[in-house]
Amino acid sequence: MKKYKVIKTYQEINDKIRQGKAVVVTAEEMIDVVERHGDVEAARRVDVVTTGTFSPMCSSGAFLNFGHTSPKIRASKVWLNDVPAYGGIAAVDCYIGAGEVVEGDPLNSVYPGEFNYGGGHVIQDLVAGNVIRLRAEGYGTDCYPARKYERTITLQDFRDATLFNPRNAYQNYNCAVNASDRIIYTYMGMLRPRMANVAYATAGQLSPLFNDPCYRTIGIGTRIFLGGAQGFVAWPGTQHNPNVPRGKNGVPKEGAGAIATIGNLKEMSPEWLVGASILGYGVSLYVGIGIPIPILNEEMARYTAVKDEDIFAQIYDYGMDYPKGVSKSLGETNYKELRSGTVVLNGKEIPAAPLSSYLKALEIAAILKEWIERGDFLLGEPQQLLPSVSE
Amino acid sequence: MYSKKVVIHYPAESSEKPIIYELVKRYDLMLNILKARIFPRREGILVLDLSGNRENFDDGIRYLKSLGLGVEPLSKSVSQNTEKCIHCGACTGVCPTGALSLDRESWRVVFDPELCNGCAVCVSACPVRAMEVDLL
Ligand code: SF4
Ligand code: SF4
Repeated sequence: MKKYKVIKTYQEINDKIRQGKAVVVTAEEMIDVVERHGDVEAARRVDVVTTGTFSPMCSSGAFLNFGHTSPKIRASKVWLNDVPAYGGIAAVDCYIGAGEVVEGDPLNSVYPGEFNYGGGHVIQDLVAGNVIRLRAEGYGTDCYPARKYERTITLQDFRDATLFNPRNAYQNYNCAVNASDRIIYTYMGMLRPRMANVAYATAGQLSPLFNDPCYRTIGIGTRIFLGGAQGFVAWPGTQHNPNVPRGKNGVPKEGAGAIATIGNLKEMSPEWLVGASILGYGVSLYVGIGIPIPILNEEMARYTAVKDEDIFAQIYDYGMDYPKGVSKSLGETNYKELRSGTVVLNGKEIPAAPLSSYLKALEIAAILKEWIERGDFLLGEPQQLLPSVSE
Repeated sequence: MYSKKVVIHYPAESSEKPIIYELVKRYDLMLNILKARIFPRREGILVLDLSGNRENFDDGIRYLKSLGLGVEPLSKSVSQNTEKCIHCGACTGVCPTGALSLDRESWRVVFDPELCNGCAVCVSACPVRAMEVDLL
């Protein structure tokens, strides 16, 4: 066991939150606090650090239950505004995935496809309170005789609506360039030939998992900001992989951890769940996520003070290497460089543009801070932490 | 030297007038054609980057209007829907003119219509369709 000079428990911090006495700063503000006072003193002063990210997160979707119909239907095929939802679960349950494209879309047959509507947009329409057309087909059974069902519906008419995202808030992400000599359209956006631009995601120093790089406080049951409401970390995200190269500060230098998130869709807002159309690629959903990091000791103070220049990412060629499954980094950069708008790769300056909104990430960290300060948001003590680096 | 990007809307009956020739020859204007959609006997548009001395510029515009053509600054045809924009910055990587840029103080994406050439690359590159280009 490591010896800490400062030790705080979740209960202590939650008591302070309830009394309106907790000291909360954002991950950006924490950098200053630790620089000025050192990690031990910072850990004494600060109770919670808030983070935020607002990015397209394709691995998202919602479980919806539209309530039993009469006559009853075993809805094996379901569409919402003509976007197919998965019906292979119980009678009137379905799952609408963010990446599902509306039926009849020309896809990439008119290249590059525009992908104007899909599951992500359905989710945004739902939380915006818009009327959705629900269509279901069943094959007819003795207990569920109906074969067709159709109605208009709004989010509040659903019996249950649960956002459940298998993989969100990826800890780090590739930066994408295109070394080929034709324009390509990827999930990282349009990439001009001969490495004329580089695209990156994540909010760097504000991003949730960069502020707890070894998952000392994030785990199953961590309460989070999700889509404008309070949600939870449900599980490690799919592809969660703690065992990647890391810097001395513990921060992974490539994609590593991820979380599965869950929350009540009915409480969420269209400002923080925004459908996305990615040219030539498909549809997705921008998801707003913020995680509060409890400063249990000086180690957490140190982690949450991480700066853009100390967070590294790899640049990959999406022109030839990536589609072939060759993962060969062309070079390493850091988020300070990326967020400055210019990256230097092999001596060449390349303009960098993000996919994630830093502005929205800042807003999320600020909202979460306000919730906690007001006593409206208590820390959820994880029942089990995310799998961390094998020691 | 005065310079402005303008959008010229042609009604169907005026599509065959030699206006480019007149603008250069009669009004001594320099021009760059940024976009042209002109078909015989159909309505069309022409986006020009026009420059010259101020007087000639104004006379040239007056001449175009006298032909019954619609003339307006390009900046009127391109806009950033600030209700929809999530300030992700994706468009800043593809806008060829720098008209869309990320303000690194406020972290907002700002649109400068003066720099825009109406290419419309941003329209489909914006994941939330916040850029609106109204050029037919
Ligand atoms: S791509 Fe669209 S949403 Fe993103 S900053 Fe540009 S205009 Fe705004
Ligand atoms: S129309 Fe072209 S130049 Fe104008 S903002 Fe869009 S991408 Fe930039």
